[in-house]
Amino acid sequence: MSALAVVTAHSTIVLPHIRYLAILPEIVMLGGAVLLLGIASLVRRPLRVTVSTVGTIVIAGTSLGLALWQWADISSHGPYTAIDHAVVVDGFSVLITITVACAMILSALVGDGYLRREGVDGCEFHVLAMVSATGAMFMGEANDLIIVFLGLEIMSIALYVLAAMNHRRAASGEAALKYFVLGGFSSAVFIYGVALTYGATGTTNLTQIADFLSHNVIASNGVLLAGLSLLLVGFLFKVAAVPFHMWTPDVYQGAPSPVTGFMAAVAKAGGFAALLRVFVSSFGTLQSDWRPILYAVAVITLLFGAGVALVQRDVKRVLAYSSINHAGFVLLGVEAATAQGVSASLYYLFTYTFMTIGAFAVVTLLGRRGDGHHDIASYRGLAGRQPLLALAFAVLLLAQAGAPFTTGFLAKFQVVDASVNAGSVPLAVIAMVSAAIAAFFYLRIGLIMYTPVAGKGFLPGIEPLDDDEANAGPSGESETDGTGDAAPAELSAGNGQRPVWSGTEGAVVVRTQLNAELLLDTAPGEVQVLDPSEDIVEADAVDDETAAESAAEDTAKVPVPALAALAIGLCVAVTVVFGVIPAPLIDFAHKATLLFIP
Amino acid sequence: MSGILTAAVHPTIPDLITFIVAGLMVLAGAVGVILSRNPVHSALSLVLTLFGIAVLFIAQQAEFLAAVQVIVYAGAIVVLFLFVIMFLGVDKRENIESDPLRGQRPLAVVLMVVVLAAVIALGVNAHWATGVHHLVGRTGTPASNTARLGRSVFTTYLFAFEATAGLLVIAVVGAVVLARRPPESTGEADLEESEALGTGSDADGELGDGSAAALPEAAAAADESAEGMAPAGSEPA
Amino acid sequence: MIAPALLSPLLGTEALFDQGVGWFVLVVVVIKVLVAFAVLMGAVILMIWFERKLISDMQSRIGPNRAGPWGLLQTLADGIKLFFKEDLIPDQSDRFVFKLAPYLALLPALLIFTVVPVGGIIVISGHPIQLQVADPPIGILLVLAMSSIAVYGVMLAGWSSGSKYPLLGSVRASAQMISYEAALGLTVVAVVLITGSLSTRRIVISQSPNFWDWNFFRLGVVPFILFMIAITAELTRPPFDLTEADSELVGGFNTEYSSLRFALFYLAEFMNTITMSAIVVTLFLGGPDGPIPRFIPTSDVWMPILWFLIKTFAFLFIYVWLRAALPRLRYDQLMDLGWKRLIPFTLAWLLLVAAFVLSGWWGLGIALAVVAAGFLLTRAFAVGQGREDLDQAVLPPIGRRVLPPQLLRTPPTAGDVGPGPGSEGAS
Repeated sequence: MSALAVVTAHSTIVLPHIRYLAILPEIVMLGGAVLLLGIASLVRRPLRVTVSTVGTIVIAGTSLGLALWQWADISSHGPYTAIDHAVVVDGFSVLITITVACAMILSALVGDGYLRREGVDGCEFHVLAMVSATGAMFMGEANDLIIVFLGLEIMSIALYVLAAMNHRRAASGEAALKYFVLGGFSSAVFIYGVALTYGATGTTNLTQIADFLSHNVIASNGVLLAGLSLLLVGFLFKVAAVPFHMWTPDVYQGAPSPVTGFMAAVAKAGGFAALLRVFVSSFGTLQSDWRPILYAVAVITLLFGAGVALVQRDVKRVLAYSSINHAGFVLLGVEAATAQGVSASLYYLFTYTFMTIGAFAVVTLLGRRGDGHHDIASYRGLAGRQPLLALAFAVLLLAQAGAPFTTGFLAKFQVVDASVNAGSVPLAVIAMVSAAIAAFFYLRIGLIMYTPVAGKGFLPGIEPLDDDEANAGPSGESETDGTGDAAPAELSAGNGQRPVWSGTEGAVVVRTQLNAELLLDTAPGEVQVLDPSEDIVEADAVDDETAAESAAEDTAKVPVPALAALAIGLCVAVTVVFGVIPAPLIDFAHKATLLFIP
Repeated sequence: MSGILTAAVHPTIPDLITFIVAGLMVLAGAVGVILSRNPVHSALSLVLTLFGIAVLFIAQQAEFLAAVQVIVYAGAIVVLFLFVIMFLGVDKRENIESDPLRGQRPLAVVLMVVVLAAVIALGVNAHWATGVHHLVGRTGTPASNTARLGRSVFTTYLFAFEATAGLLVIAVVGAVVLARRPPESTGEADLEESEALGTGSDADGELGDGSAAALPEAAAAADESAEGMAPAGSEPA
Repeated sequence: MIAPALLSPLLGTEALFDQGVGWFVLVVVVIKVLVAFAVLMGAVILMIWFERKLISDMQSRIGPNRAGPWGLLQTLADGIKLFFKEDLIPDQSDRFVFKLAPYLALLPALLIFTVVPVGGIIVISGHPIQLQVADPPIGILLVLAMSSIAVYGVMLAGWSSGSKYPLLGSVRASAQMISYEAALGLTVVAVVLITGSLSTRRIVISQSPNFWDWNFFRLGVVPFILFMIAITAELTRPPFDLTEADSELVGGFNTEYSSLRFALFYLAEFMNTITMSAIVVTLFLGGPDGPIPRFIPTSDVWMPILWFLIKTFAFLFIYVWLRAALPRLRYDQLMDLGWKRLIPFTLAWLLLVAAFVLSGWWGLGIALAVVAAGFLLTRAFAVGQGREDLDQAVLPPIGRRVLPPQLLRTPPTAGDVGPGPGSEGAS
């Protein structure tokens, strides 16, 4: 303040011109959150969930509409920077804003049912989520490392609190603490990177950094490279790329399921948005320095995410590792460092938002009261009980796996294409291999859902040796068998008898054996002896009773609130419709490239 | 009184002494933070470091930063650290013999050596470690130093300044949300809940023998997953 | 000739240094420091006597009257007694911190006084000399920094004693100091806003020549009152002296101290009272500003000092008066006052000042906004009070909660809460 006054004595400060349209979506989002909070603090009772949800959807919808207005504006007038070049409005930032706003709306829909079910009143979830979304939007349109950092912090702090939002889950508290400690550490690393970059280039503005680097050759650029790598660490932590992914499974599992979906979508969108802008546009001239790093990170992220997800039996953990895998795919686009790569990454982020929020919406519903039923066994036979829910989940999982006629396929195709065009063919091959690995665990969940619940010892690929049906079919047939309604009776007939391997193909046997050993597909307690030499039975006969109880509960139908159903329906619709008719969305993403591309 | 540059290029004897003393303060504090067995001593060492940095700021004529450093870090943040340490009663000598993560200490030492070597290499090899040889503008007299800061806050960093408001709002809201714990949700409920989450089977809260037996097991699994990377937790029990 | 970079930020842009720093300047600086120290010490001795005597008068007692005329030497006698007392260090104490704490309490009190301008500028052999130890460009921030450092002495003294009453006292004290520091800082911002400088000398100069230019009047009386409340709490003077509430805490954070170390705490406390009175005078009452009878020779040298002393003395009197007149607050009242009343008030007034500096219309608009916000805030506080009962019933428990006894540990810590997300539960 004093500074201001002293300066005004000599010369007046010329405040930068503020083009409000540039930050209007953020203002609406943040202002809406504060407004909601203000209203909540002025009424006698805790705000009803309905009020918060409706308010949130209206606010996020307004924000979305404003983002579309921005889109129309830049389509006709071209991209621009605003507020002393602190923010930039281009196709890229607008698409990120749209993505985040969509994620916010969907999460509000999903959260509504969850909050009612858990009996959590008040508007904290909505306020925190909206502020977090604002942070992600800031990251998307930041043109200054300081803004990137502020966006990162606003987004992250809200997410830490969101993860711990349900006080009654100790697991949530633990997850939030892990996230907070590691996140705080990574933020510190990031800001150190900002400091070093500022030291090396003399500015924090991304445009000016690019300008400086293109006009100057730094004789010994150690400081710049150190700053660059620290920035990279900060970003890679937020997007959960592999050496910095440690928090992901625990946090995804511990956080309330709707929060997990929101976190997966928004943190990735914000993190990748800033990563893309900072590295592709500002450090574009240093490509030869950072591309190899990203190459390596992408490779291990892809393989690790896919590989570890295979051996998980908690669905939220599976999805957590799958999100790591997805991060690897988006990194493909970043690594390409071309306009095509940027738009492919954007497309991936946009479609991933719908796939992941939809998937976590289903997980939320199936988690039941207490949000604790995420064991893969409790998904068994879902198709029989609630076919629509199972179908939706299956579609979303297939899309994540990259099945054709879904946006997931197009997304994967585009990043791989960009990667190939940028000359990283081995990376593209690895990505496709990891997609194939990943397909396995997505299909496994799908398979289990379509497997009737009563069949003890039923495993895909294994046919129980029944007196009547001794003729063993190929492993593929058992899947189709499983979907049939008649299957349970037949299969339970085989109870008490030792099943034998049906397939003679070595690979299938090995795979299913691995499956059986890890007890992936069976509920605890209903493990059947698959191989007499194995002694897993003792280990797992521990709590037969509780297992039976939970199995009984698992077979009950879960209530599906209308809003959650709407959210899931929207996600599926976007995933399928734009998968079948790809042109509009792809064009959209193509226009949404960065303003400053070298 | 010249600006930063002359002071940096031609250090006078007092400047040098100031720098050495302040540098030693910073380093001694930093070492003290990690070597003290008592958390309160660690916090005090941190104060020493922060003071040393404040002195270094003053030597660079960034006296505003120095004051803010003391007010914010020493006066507020470390005081809160101490507050928490005293409130939680963790101000006992820490038992650092038991190492929850085996091998983390040697690894940390190796890492520290590597990072130190990198920093020293940067300092030694680069004549000008950074690309820019001078600031965008001269700092001028000390009084206008603060003025420049204020000016840049309201021009170049105007948006960042305003966005900080959002950060503060969320920090306050978050703190309140976390702090407002309903009374009955402490301890017992949490345990039951996590139990349900952990095993996926004890939803009714009937924690009989089975789940009691399962607890140590689960704790071991938690240890494992903390030890290595996440897949460790997913191994068959 | 030395011109270290340190000098200018610390000692300020005093005209004394314009011709470089020679031996004369060095001597002047050293003398200034010594004089300030001596004056402060003497003032503390007098202040302790004054407080005891005045309280006695207000309570119709006689008070100290044996040592020296009117008992003036009583403090000295007490000091000598303390000096020769046994130096006790509790067995359970943290010895290093226990010894360190008194100095940490004393140092800020001494340092704050260095930035207080006690008079105008005198000229000795061609060198203009400000009657002020140092005039750093960040002057008033130094005061805030030091007052935030003062917490350490109290906090560490209580903690290191290894005894529960001092610990409780010190936790109370530090919570109180932190809480009121925000309000303190915000009122100072209002002063800085209207002055346009952080330097104490400039703050004083901007309040001359007329008494209606004093910040006391310029800012409206409210910031002054808020500052007084905040500073009283910051000093833990009555009625905010919960930290040494004898009836609850024995003697507060310094219960375990004896001998010279105790004397240091006592010294620090009164020194703080004096320096903070001086700061109030500097910030709001024009410091050494006042009418100077020009016809008396050299009156422009000693009159400002006299004015400064008179004003400071008035505040010292007020502090003693408060102690005699007001009952002690309860702890929750203290915190409510700090967070729910003082901080919103100071913020609102700061906004008003800023708006009126800009223009009258802005001021009017902000005034309306402040009133509206005040209503909303009052409403929110009322709602919050009512909702505390509701909170009990917000979350119904899920399922039954039967705990195996071996898991019931006290206090419940994070380690107790079972497997958590790290475990797969693949049992």
